[in-house]
Amino acid sequence: MTFALCVLLLQGCAGWQSALDPKGPAAGELAWLIWFFTALCAVVWVLVMIALVAPLVMRSRPGDEPLLLDEAAERRKMRVVAFAVGLTAIILIGLTLLSFFANRTLAAIGSEAALTIRVTGHQWWWEVRYEDATPSRILTTANEIHIPAGEPVRLLLTSTDVIHSFWIPSLAGKLDLIPGHMNVLDIKADKPGVYRGQCAEFCGAQHANMGTFIIAEPRPKFDAWLNDQLQPAGAPASGEAKAGADLFLKRPCVMCHRIGGTPAGGTVAPDLTHIASRKTLAAGTLTMSRGNLAAWIADPQGIKPGSHMPVADLNGDELNAIVAYLEGLK
Amino acid sequence: MSSADVTGDRHIPEPDPAKGDLAPERDGPRDTGMDDASLHRWLERTWRTPSGIVGALSSVDHKVIARRYLITAFVFLGLGGLNAVAMRIQLSGPQRGLIGPDLYNQLFTMHGVTMMFLFAVPIVQATGIYLVPLMVGTRNIAFPRLNAFGYWIYVSGGAFAWVSFALNMAPDVGWFAYVPLSGPEFAPGKRADVWAQMITYTEVSSLAVAVATIVTVFKQRAPGMSLDKIPLYVWAMLVTSFVVVFAMPAVMITSTFLILDRLVGTHIFNPAEGGDALLFQHLFWFFGHPEVYIIFLPATGMVSAIIPVFARRLTFGHLGLVLSLIAVGFLSFGLWVHHMFATGLPKLGASFFTASSMLIAIPNGVQIFCWLATLWDGRPVIRTPLLFVFGFFFIFVIGGLTGVMLASVPLDLQVHDTYFVVAHFHYVLIGGSVFPLLGAAYFWFPKITGRMMSERLGRCHFWLAFIGFNAAFFPMHLVGLWGMPRRVYTYPAELGWGNINLFISAGALLFFLSFVLFTFNLVHGALKGTLAGNNPWDAGTLEWATSSPPPSYNFARIPLVTHIEPLWAEREALPVATGLRVDARELLISTVAEAYPDIREKSATPSIWPLFAALAVGGTFLYSIFTPWAIVWGAAPIAITLIGWFWPKGDPEDQE
Repeated sequence: MTFALCVLLLQGCAGWQSALDPKGPAAGELAWLIWFFTALCAVVWVLVMIALVAPLVMRSRPGDEPLLLDEAAERRKMRVVAFAVGLTAIILIGLTLLSFFANRTLAAIGSEAALTIRVTGHQWWWEVRYEDATPSRILTTANEIHIPAGEPVRLLLTSTDVIHSFWIPSLAGKLDLIPGHMNVLDIKADKPGVYRGQCAEFCGAQHANMGTFIIAEPRPKFDAWLNDQLQPAGAPASGEAKAGADLFLKRPCVMCHRIGGTPAGGTVAPDLTHIASRKTLAAGTLTMSRGNLAAWIADPQGIKPGSHMPVADLNGDELNAIVAYLEGLK
Repeated sequence: MSSADVTGDRHIPEPDPAKGDLAPERDGPRDTGMDDASLHRWLERTWRTPSGIVGALSSVDHKVIARRYLITAFVFLGLGGLNAVAMRIQLSGPQRGLIGPDLYNQLFTMHGVTMMFLFAVPIVQATGIYLVPLMVGTRNIAFPRLNAFGYWIYVSGGAFAWVSFALNMAPDVGWFAYVPLSGPEFAPGKRADVWAQMITYTEVSSLAVAVATIVTVFKQRAPGMSLDKIPLYVWAMLVTSFVVVFAMPAVMITSTFLILDRLVGTHIFNPAEGGDALLFQHLFWFFGHPEVYIIFLPATGMVSAIIPVFARRLTFGHLGLVLSLIAVGFLSFGLWVHHMFATGLPKLGASFFTASSMLIAIPNGVQIFCWLATLWDGRPVIRTPLLFVFGFFFIFVIGGLTGVMLASVPLDLQVHDTYFVVAHFHYVLIGGSVFPLLGAAYFWFPKITGRMMSERLGRCHFWLAFIGFNAAFFPMHLVGLWGMPRRVYTYPAELGWGNINLFISAGALLFFLSFVLFTFNLVHGALKGTLAGNNPWDAGTLEWATSSPPPSYNFARIPLVTHIEPLWAEREALPVATGLRVDARELLISTVAEAYPDIREKSATPSIWPLFAALAVGGTFLYSIFTPWAIVWGAAPIAITLIGWFWPKGDPEDQE
């Protein structure tokens, strides 16, 4: 069993959603803390187990008379127990201080963050808004958060419905999104990469399918991405896509979704202005592809039962048209 | 207890009739000088549970009530276990479609609710109802009708929850049902109301038991059982009962506020109207953390009862163990915030709760070290109860140490709400409470049934449970660190959690099978086990002084306690106190500290009214998930049943 566990352990370290595979300073500090606590606790546990097994290997049996105690032996035991309690206290004080200073280290990470992103939890997706002093440069997108690698970024976390929890294990510990509260989480990715996370606080039917990604890119690439995203949606390229755009506006889609540059202005569901530029659909549930887009629109309740995306009454041609349109929204 | 000839009381004055509540001329026959056979006839006639169905439903015998509690709680354990098996089958591989989110969310909520409120708390309290009166040497628990009422309320609460589950309206918001998810806006229908009222049922019943336990321990101890001679198990139940009394009201307030928000339209937890969602968490965990100790402390009492018997010596550090119990009881109220580190609390406040959470490890450490020191006198007698105590050490210490990890704010932010936490609390609750309970089952089974359980099956059971448990729960630490949150009904294949989850599910199945074997051993032992005799383990506490199973009146004559382990100190015959009436249910009431006999007091006779009162109260709770007017309409039947319950019986005592 031990061997099997070791194999599993090594395998797990390669995960892209693992607290033991840190990719940023906060997660690095925390991984170190986890290993240190684990090692110390393992030593304590082994010592206790030795003390437990010791009498089992003794040859002697306790005496027949349970009330007869050896005074000297009792005093010796008292000293050993007192020593063990004292040692416990010292270890606990040490760990308390260690955790206090680790907390201070974490708090210092994001003190000079240049970029502020507001993340709002919804059942069951993430609204991501890039704050900017210039209103036209405020960007709203969903589920995937692009950040510049190597720079601290400040996330403002809140919710409009129930409590969610934002957690990217390889970058930082989790923090709740609570309606009526605003929490601040500073993160930093050391290197470019895609880091997965998901909601950690039970939030209802589709808690399991509420994934999110942090996509860390070099600064120039990030700036280019941001500028692209700020553009309104491109005009439909083909006749089918054009028909899809019209259908989108005539059907229930328009009630909830926004597509920049069109009359579609709903804000209760993810912004679709550049949906085709995202890697996944439905908060990390499906990878982005024409087939998955069609499947998601045709049967949202089959893919994500309980989700707030209703079934739109579309025939095959209409579905194809809408998918063709959305697919073009790079 | 063998001696009819030791009738006098040593150093302790006979109850003074002038001070007592009964005028001498009204006295019936007393046990003083009465021979064994007629004493048994008198006491049996006075104390027995009436025959027939009505008689059985009227029983106020603490042993009868406790047996019902134990069996009911065991049934709920099985049901909660089946929930867990269903969940583990669904999680055994990525993207399995066996169970959808709607059912899965009900399953894990019912698993948590059942295990916490319908199994763990009731079973530790039930064990106390059975053992505490025997261990303190009295004839019945205090407030026996309240005790019976508590059981009926508990059964109706449990039935309420499980009938709701059968009707597909079980709560699906998790066992701590955070708002706003459980609030009126996001939990339409009756599911969250079922959660809220089900809490109320079980809390009423555990408060009733707690009050009865406290009074029994304080006022009904056998003469001579001064505070320093109270068995550790009784101390544990006393401290637990106090924790219940102070913690349970917090959760009743929480669930009542929730019901008010849902039913009456208050906005206590609604941030849009000036309420606060976090208030719910503070209120809930102010109960929720002590809850863990309500489950754990009685188990430490069981460990303290089992170890000295098999180590064949007095417990080492008795005083230290008592003080640790009390310290844990107090400290358990000072660490609730460590369940809320991820809510973004002010950092200094959070650090305070790191320190207080670390602090509670010290009294728990004292307990562990004292038990280990008790075992160091030589090779102990290894029997099944002690095996489970060893399993307790192995598992609980891991759970305690991961608890120290969770106490650290930054570390907690990585593992909070992941499978690491799931692993931690199962190590603490199963290791810290279920393993001692299983040991206690083997240990006290002969007292309850008069027969022994099979030692051979017991050992198989232990190893199956031990291996199954660790295989199921140890890997959860890892999968939690790899990023798997709790309460997910499925997970994507590309995260690589499939194999380890399959392994976990296999372990869980093994662990479940160990309980099947245990059930077989229980039934087999009750029917075919070898006869146990009064004291099969040669233990030292008073419950072993009477026959197995004990007679309805527990002790023919009230024992006189001269030592912490009375049966070890008085090998020949236990001294007894006499002077109680035998034609009426009379108890000896003693002083709190020194346990001097003080007065004689009547104990309530059997009555059907507690059942009716429980039906009225339970009906009101049930009705109240539909309309607040239930409280108004329900008041009438409750009043009627309470009048019936407390109607004067025409006893001279009542007429005065």
